[in-house]
Parts: sequence; structure tokens; C-alpha cells
Amino acid sequence: MSAPVATKNLIEVRDLQVHFGLNTSFKSRLTGRGGASVKAVDGVSFDLAEGEVLGLVGESGSGKTTLGRALLGLVRPTAGSVKLRGEELVGQPERALRPKRRHLQMVFQDPHASLNPGMTLQTALAHPLQIHKLTSGNAETEAKVRETLELVGLYPTERFATSYPSDLSGGQKQRAAIARAIITGPDLVVADEPVSMLDMSVRAKILDLMIDLKHRIGLTYVYVTHDLASAKFFCDRVAIMYLGRIVEIGTVDEIFENPKHPYTQALIRAIPEPNPDKALPRDLPRGEIPDAARPPLGCAFHPRCPKAFDICGWESRDMRAILEQRWVEGGEDLYNAERPLVGDLEKLDEAGHDAFVPAGSGKDPGALLAMLEKIREEEPDEPLWKGVNAMNAEAHGVRIAFEPGIDPPLYDTDSSRAACLLYKPE
Amino acid sequence: MADPVLSLRDLRIWYGAERGAVRAVDGVSLDLLPGETVGLVGESGCGKSTLGRGVIGLLPAGAGHAGEVNYKGQNILELKPKRLRAMRGPELGMIFQEPMTRLNPLMKISDHFEEVLKIHEPKLSRKEARNRAMEALRGMGIPPTRYKQYPHEFSGGMRQRIMIALALVLRPAVVVADEPTTALDVLVEAQIIRILADLRRNFDTALLLITHNLGIVAEACDRVAVMYAGRVVEQGPAYDITTKPSHPYSRELLRSTISLSTTELHSIPGAPPDLVSPPPACRFHPRCPDAMQICAQQWPTTVATSPGRRSECWLHSKDQIPKGLDAPLEREALAAAEEA
Ligand SMILES: Nc1ncnc2c1ncn2[C@@H]1O[C@H](COP(=O)(O)OP(=O)(O)OP(=O)(O)O)[C@@H](O)[C@H]1O
Ligand SMILES: Nc1ncnc2c1ncn2[C@@H]1O[C@H](COP(=O)(O)OP(=O)(O)O)[C@@H](O)[C@H]1O
Ligand code: SF4
Ligand code: SF4
Ligand SMILES: [Mg+2]
Ligand SMILES: [Mg+2]
Repeated sequence: MSAPVATKNLIEVRDLQVHFGLNTSFKSRLTGRGGASVKAVDGVSFDLAEGEVLGLVGESGSGKTTLGRALLGLVRPTAGSVKLRGEELVGQPERALRPKRRHLQMVFQDPHASLNPGMTLQTALAHPLQIHKLTSGNAETEAKVRETLELVGLYPTERFATSYPSDLSGGQKQRAAIARAIITGPDLVVADEPVSMLDMSVRAKILDLMIDLKHRIGLTYVYVTHDLASAKFFCDRVAIMYLGRIVEIGTVDEIFENPKHPYTQALIRAIPEPNPDKALPRDLPRGEIPDAARPPLGCAFHPRCPKAFDICGWESRDMRAILEQRWVEGGEDLYNAERPLVGDLEKLDEAGHDAFVPAGSGKDPGALLAMLEKIREEEPDEPLWKGVNAMNAEAHGVRIAFEPGIDPPLYDTDSSRAACLLYKPE
Repeated sequence: MADPVLSLRDLRIWYGAERGAVRAVDGVSLDLLPGETVGLVGESGCGKSTLGRGVIGLLPAGAGHAGEVNYKGQNILELKPKRLRAMRGPELGMIFQEPMTRLNPLMKISDHFEEVLKIHEPKLSRKEARNRAMEALRGMGIPPTRYKQYPHEFSGGMRQRIMIALALVLRPAVVVADEPTTALDVLVEAQIIRILADLRRNFDTALLLITHNLGIVAEACDRVAVMYAGRVVEQGPAYDITTKPSHPYSRELLRSTISLSTTELHSIPGAPPDLVSPPPACRFHPRCPDAMQICAQQWPTTVATSPGRRSECWLHSKDQIPKGLDAPLEREALAAAEEA
């Protein structure tokens, strides 16, 4: 990364962690995750320059919202640092954070839920001004509210000042929510999926407004979204998140012209293209984002990664997924032939580089081993086999030793930085 | 061409409201052919969900209707509720956006399937029913090893696949899917769209796919119907409409879609009208960049612009516009607030 010159950074985030404890309650008994924790944000670092727009992109559960909230002190990080103009925010008491909140604001995904249905826009917008004592007297407050409504395009302002949220369309509500966020004159606005609940035809209008405000009142944005197409248009830099980590970060050009991480490549190819002549061939990764309370070993993306290789973190659970995938694709006869040779599949659910596949009751472990060898022969392109060091029959099943994996940090590539072992220096 | 499996003729559906009737579907004619996927697109509030429910005769109490939904030689809107209910599932299926509200949390996936099959195909043996169910699940990428699990043991994407499998296991002639992937993530959405796109090759089920996303139409649909203010304003092959839209509304809707090739934001001025008192004549005229004076005065006729393609716009019959009325329509500038 570039050498630290006199920082123009508005925000500096270092090794930020937000772990939510899952206590041994009803929920943990139900889900079998006693005492575990969800690493919603797990060691994230980045800088945000004044006037910059940073996109946080990823599937749901990747930790985007939690990271955004942690930046504003709305959720307490369990470790790490967030500095606003060089001043540490993590670990500050609420009393010290409160006055800073006027500089740090948030716009939420659901405009219906973020406005109080019982308040006119005048009241709703005056509220933050009063809390932060930014105006003296009603006349000044009212003038500031009108000015802000005008700024977000809600005019005639006399009419909108006396409106209730229920009088507004979805797009107008989002304008009102933006007005409330900017009225305190913030430096940073975290916009959490601000257009994803809106109609396509309204999204452009709200993005236009956000761009306009950036220029007019000098905002810096963190734009949280799962929509890469709008991020490409709106952001200067993009951070791709997966299971609490940034897996790739770079400028918009780097990310879209030359994506490095297999996950980023998959996300880009997954965007439906309205012009069929421009559609890219789809090569979608299998499966879905795993449970954040039980992340995969090694590289968290390895169970879905088409490019995974020996050191990516192959483990017991992957063996189950491979068998199930085969039985989905192979049809009824294959399933009926192979399923009885394998015992309780849940035995494979423990995380570990050493897998024990139990034989079905009364079945010969040798037959199970022969079946696994046959699968390996039939599906040589399956990346899991690259991680298998040994496969031997034992008394009650087959033991598989996987190559232990490496959990990749962000590596420099020739463009962006990517957390993928393909870019691990020798 | 094959005969349509279902055809709408001048269908109208309205909801009673104090201020007057909300004319959510206002004169729609549309055919569904066996095995084809038809995309239904349009902005929020244009009547897509109402039309979709109308197609399978599932209208809320108090909704009024006129016109026909012809299926196997009968207008299903005229059938006795009991008759219609018996058809729903085996002949006419529906997939909703939120799968969790439709699956019983206390019932295993296997029970959901076996119950449905027992009611509608009582002649199947238990084993046959089980195989049918597992085959349908397999088609949606759910492994047979998870057959005995409960809904909460699956992710949102898997539940939606289960719902789709549950709708398809009875091999209905027509399925309506109302934004089935809107609540899902990009990759999972793409996986499901891929499966739906493959489906049309393997089944005879006609699918009406309601979506906000024109990218999905381009990928998964054979034909598309574009809906505006209760009317289908253009319909035709998906490829033709997504590459060369002929109705101004289709064109503007496409232009406002943000995709990877977007270099400039574009939006349609204004918002869809209140369907209690929609604008006279062409309903799109207050927002249409091409609007002429005639558009605010006389209803445009529907023109077949090419084989299999229809569009309701004066631009296609300019020679019939009385002299002078083809001048551009002058409108008041919209306040920014009316923009969204
Ligand atoms: N049960 C109902 N009672 C009264 N009005 C209704 C009812 N359902 C829908 N409407 C109205 O009918 C019109 C069309 O609604 P519909 O839900 O069919 O639109 P849509 O195109 O599916 O919108 P979206 O894209 O938001 O799902 C709207 O004005 C809506 O408010
Ligand atoms: N208050 C909380 N308590 C426990 N777990 C949480 C809490 N908030 C979020 N999580 C978990 O943290 C992970 C990241 O969630 P979130 O930040 O909402 O992701 P995103 O915004 O990318 O969808 C998820 O697994 C989620 O279930
Ligand atoms: S390290 Fe790279 S190649 Fe290996 S699984 Fe992760 S993303 Fe794929
Ligand atoms: S009829 Fe006129 S207003 Fe309507 S879409 Fe065509 S040109 Fe536009
Ligand atoms: Mg979120
Ligand atoms: Mg709808």
C-alpha cells in the first residue's frame, strides 16, 4: 500500500472485529452452537479519504451492515480501531460518542421502517437539530428543515414539511430519510442498501440525489449493497465482503476490469444483463454462503470455489457436500446404489482436516473405499480431490486425511488486493 | 404454433375503495403457451401481482372482475370456489416471494410433499410419491439426504427451491411465480433463475414470471409482457423486446435499469398513476418523452408491430393521427418531488 503521507483520511479502520456471542440459551440448543460466536466482522482494515465513496458489497450475512454500524459506533466492536480524523472511536463511552454522531449518519434500507409514522417531516427533521443543539430557536430550525427538504428535492417544501410518511411514495420516503441524515451536516454517511427496496425506475433518481449531495455538501459515503452494478456506477473503491472479511478491495476499475478473487469474479458474472447480446456466460459457484457461526476452515470460500486447490482448507464437511451434490445430479438409481454404503452423514459435520466417513450398517468399509475411489475417478475435476492426502479403509469406515489449509490474508496482486491463495507470494 | 393453455381476454380486476375503484388490471389480453416462460414486468403498483393472481383465479374477497381467464374451455373466474380450489395445485400453481410463510414449520419437507401428493394424486403408492417428490427436489438442487428435514434447517434460498419443487411436483399446466427471487442474494437468485430457465426445456408447465428485473427476463423468459397502469402495453419475444423495445414505456424501463454497462443514470420522470383515476387516453402520456397531443385525447390502438409482437402506442399508427394532433404534447414541468 502507499506510504502514509500526511493523512487526508476521514476514517481509518484497523483490524476491526465485531463478534456476537451466542449464549448457551434456547437458540444454541436448537442450533447446536453452544458457546460459539458469530464473527460478523472479523479483522477488517481500510482507509476512507475525504469525499470518497467506498462500496461494501457482499451477500446477506457477509457482515456489511454490522461493519457499517460499527463505523458509527451503533454496535460495539470487540476489538480493533476506528479513527475519525485521527481520533479513536472504539472503546469510547456513549457520552463521548454522542456529540460525534452528528458527523456520522446512516441511511437504512427500508424507508418505511426508518421514519416514525406519527411524525411530520418537519418534526422528524427538527429532532436531530434539537438533540445536537445546532439551531437556536424555532425560526432557525424551521428554516434549516426547509432548506434541507429543498436540497433532497422534496418541494414545495411547505407541503412536504407537513406530510406524514404515509403520504409519501417509497422514493420520497427515502429522500426524507436522506434529509434527516444530512441535516446535521455530517462528514460520513453510511447508506445501507438505500435503493434495494425501490423500483428500478426510482433507484436511479435516489442515486442521482446522493451523487448530487456529495458534490454540493461534500459528503463521504460508505455504500452498502449486494448490487454490484450500482456499486460500479456510484463508488470510487469497492470492498467485497465474505463471511466477515474483506476478500478483495480495489478501485472500481480494478474490481470490474480485472477481478482477482474467484468470489468477485462469480459475483460479477451473476448480475443479470438486460441486453441479451451483452450477457456473459454464467459459471455460478455451487452452494450458498455458509453459516457464519461455523465458518469453513482455511479460505472461507473454498467449499464453493471453482479454482480451489490443495491448501485451501479441505475438511470433513466438504466430503458430505460432495456426496450430496453427486446424488442430486446423478438421479435416483445412483442414489439408491450409493447411499446405503455410507452411514450417518452427520458424522461428517464436525470441522476438521481429518474426515471419517462411516460405513453403512453391515456394509464393508472396503466397499465404501472402492466407491469413494470410483467417485474420484469419475469426477477428476472436483477440486476437493486436490486436498486429499490419503484415503484408507478402517474398522468401521474410511478415513480421509486432507492437506491442512491456510487462511489467506489480503495479498497484493498486480491490481487490487485479494484474500486468495492464488496470489500468495512464494 | 401450439394452442394456448390459458388465455386472458379483456380481463379487468378492480378493488373497491372509498375513493372509487382501484382498476388494477384494466383490459388485458394475453396467451400462455404450453411450456413457455412469460415475464411480466413493470413498475410497482402497475397491477402485476393482481394480474398474476387473476390468472389462477386467486382474487381477494371484494375484488371485482370482468372478462375471461380461459382454461380448458372454461372461464375459471366463473367456476364455483370449490371447483377452483380443487384445480389449484394440480393444474394452476403459485409461487410467492416469501417461502417461509408458506411452509409449515412443524412439518418435515417429506410431509409437505407427501400430503400434497396424497390429496391430488391418491393413486400413487407411498414409494412412488416419495420418488416423485425427491425427483422434483433434485431438479431444484436439493439433495435427497435432506428429505426428512424441517423448513428451518434450510437457508432462504433452499426454502424457495423447495417451494418451487412443491409447486412443480404436481406438474401443473400453469404456474405463476410472483417475484420469487427478489428477497434472495445475487448468486442464489442467479442459480434459481438458471434452474427456471432450464425448466422450460424439460416440462410442459407454462410459467408466468413476475419480476422487477429485466435482466431476469432476458435470461429466463421466452416472451415478455410489459405492464403499465393496469394495461399490458407491449408483448412479444423476450429477445426482441429487450434488444429493440417498440413501446416508449418498455424502452424507458430498459434504459433506467442499472447494469454493468450503465455509463449514465437514466430515469423515467414522474411515477405510475393512481389507478382510481388514471390519466385519460394513453396512460403513459404524462411521462412519455414521445407524447403527442393525440395521446392525451384518444386511446391508442394495439398494433402487431411484427409477428407475435403487439404494442399499444400511437407511434405505430402515425398515419391515422388527425392533422395537427401529432404535435408534441406540452406538459408542465414536474416538481422534483413528483419524481420519486
Ligand atoms: N387487496 C387489495 N385491496 C385494495 N387495493 C389493492 C389490493 N391489492 C393491490 N391493490 C392495489 O392495486 C394496484 C396494483 O397492485 P399490484 O400489487 O397488483 O401491483 P404490482 O405491479 O404487483 O406492484 P409491486 O411491483 O409493488 O408488487 C395498486 O394500486 C395497489 O395498491
Ligand atoms: N445482534 C446480532 N446478534 C447476533 N448475530 C448477529 C447480530 N447482528 C448480525 N448478526 C450476524 O452477523 C452476521 C453478519 O450480519 P450482517 O452484518 O447483518 O450482514 P449483511 O449486512 O452483510 O447481511 C450474520 O451471520 C448475522 O446473523
Ligand atoms: S484461496 Fe483462492 S483459490 Fe483457494 S478457495 Fe479461496 S478463493 Fe479459491
Ligand atoms: S401513445 Fe403517445 S404517450 Fe402513449 S406511449 Fe405512445 S407516444 Fe407515448
Ligand atoms: Mg444488511
Ligand atoms: Mg407485486
